[in-house]
Amino acid sequence: MLEMNAITKRFGGLVAVNDVSVRFERGTINAIIGPNGAGKTTFFNLASGALSPSAGSIKLDGQDVTGLRADQMARRGIARTFQSTTLFDNATVLDNLIVGHRLRTRANLIDVLLGTRRLKDEEAACRSKAREALDFVGLSHIEARLAGDISQEQRKRVAFALALATDPALLLLDEPAGGVNPEETEGLANLVRKMKGLGLTVCLIEHKMDMIMNLADKILVLNHGEKIAEGTPAEVRANPVVIEAYLGSDHADA
Amino acid sequence: MRHTASLGWSALLLFGLAFPFIAGNDYHLTVMSTAYIYAIATVGLNLITGYTGQFNLAHSGFMAVGAYTVGILTVDYQMPFWGALALSGLVAAGIGFFVGLVSLRLKTHFFSIFTLCVGYIMYLLIEKWESLTHGTVGIVGIPAPESIAGLDFSEPRTQYYLVLAFLAASMWIMHRIVNSLLGRTFMAIRNGDDLAQSLGINLMRNKLLAFMLSVFFAGLAGGLYAGYVRFLGPDLGRVEHTFDMTMYMLVGGIGTLAGPLLGAITVPWLTQQLQFLQDYRFVVFGPVLVLLVIFMPHGIVGTWMARRRRKAAQLAAPVAPVLRAVTARKGAHRA
Repeated sequence: MLEMNAITKRFGGLVAVNDVSVRFERGTINAIIGPNGAGKTTFFNLASGALSPSAGSIKLDGQDVTGLRADQMARRGIARTFQSTTLFDNATVLDNLIVGHRLRTRANLIDVLLGTRRLKDEEAACRSKAREALDFVGLSHIEARLAGDISQEQRKRVAFALALATDPALLLLDEPAGGVNPEETEGLANLVRKMKGLGLTVCLIEHKMDMIMNLADKILVLNHGEKIAEGTPAEVRANPVVIEAYLGSDHADA
Repeated sequence: MRHTASLGWSALLLFGLAFPFIAGNDYHLTVMSTAYIYAIATVGLNLITGYTGQFNLAHSGFMAVGAYTVGILTVDYQMPFWGALALSGLVAAGIGFFVGLVSLRLKTHFFSIFTLCVGYIMYLLIEKWESLTHGTVGIVGIPAPESIAGLDFSEPRTQYYLVLAFLAASMWIMHRIVNSLLGRTFMAIRNGDDLAQSLGINLMRNKLLAFMLSVFFAGLAGGLYAGYVRFLGPDLGRVEHTFDMTMYMLVGGIGTLAGPLLGAITVPWLTQQLQFLQDYRFVVFGPVLVLLVIFMPHGIVGTWMARRRRKAAQLAAPVAPVLRAVTARKGAHRA
């Protein structure tokens, strides 16, 4: 599905991501882990088009998409969430979600001024898509609440819903369980499994190892911008290089 | 909620229609007509600043462009007023395309500072380009709009209704835009570039569209101003006017439909009322404005609407499960 070949990103003299290659297969859950500053978010920004790579290429379903902007990537089916989602707190949850499906609509200024059929149909489509996404994440009951009034965990779910409203094939989730309690984390993990059940490909950054180890089909480990390991949770857990990166070299032999 | 809104708009329109009959003299009509003209420009500014989140400080420059389009075409090229007025918004939007293309590459304060400079350059161009704009002498003798169906637009009252008609049309168009998918797109950009772009929104295209629409209204307001005041000087393009319009937005409520309109109408009346204080009036008005921004950052309309939304949300939200259980138990006891 998504294939990154020898991706490098330099910021001036700093190499944030160095020669990383990875493939995410369709319908799998993939995790990116690594210590702070390992280049995980930069890697995400490269995959979503928010940054363009200094070297290397990105292929989506065999098509070269290197250097496309984030909005072009979104149209091609890559959705992402951020560590913190800025919602419009003064509007309802549903209102916040309607714009999520905008990229699949075509109404322009002329449609708006004339109030055409197309605009009305597309607005209805956006609204029902927003409801569908909200239903999927289990928040139908709060659609009329103000976005500023909902809990942190609900915000995470709304962020998922917003990404889902774009009709994606691949979801990039940046710390989906950051700042929520263990019980809620389990709920969010189930939601990610449910996305996989829909046939979506998921890729997530997360620090919560318990969650990752139970959830991911494949784990990519980054350290200092380089790929140090890749494999199933069991493989990664047993990898001495990974243990060294996380716990220091003293523990590597243990 | 929708019902109250349309009721409010109808009341406003009715007031606008009745005003010439309430107004004591032509001076009041002039104050009101001028306020309406600035309201059209302010409502335009609100689209880029309030709804799209890009604080443009070149707005009065674009208003001057619209005004000079009408002034130059009617006086120097004997074009009929109506044709020139139709062009005023388009010329502003056309210049807005090129200014936007460059300035919208910048974000936040950088965009504001850049447009501040653009606005000043526009003002300087108008002042110095004497062969085109008549420089500091200004453009004198702009003809009144030609009469249509026996309506004589050199009369203060018909002029008032002309400006009112354009204001009503502008509000209606703006209502259309901000309540559509297009308006939602602009607001998504205001909420944050990164998130909006990740939702597939082409930032440059949409910001540019908002910018051009915004300055179209400025140009149109300028064109109306030229036909109303019938004299133009370069001062019209001074940045102070942009700050005035910003103040109207802040007082009324930035990012709301009715706020900038109410601000643009009430603030001039307020400053008129304080005229007996002469130069000291801003000593009074300044602190009032500061207090307003501190305690009502969303302006009058913004604060009122936030309260209404909160109420509506509370009504719509189901009773919390715990509460429901408690009331159910109470009911059981009673039974």
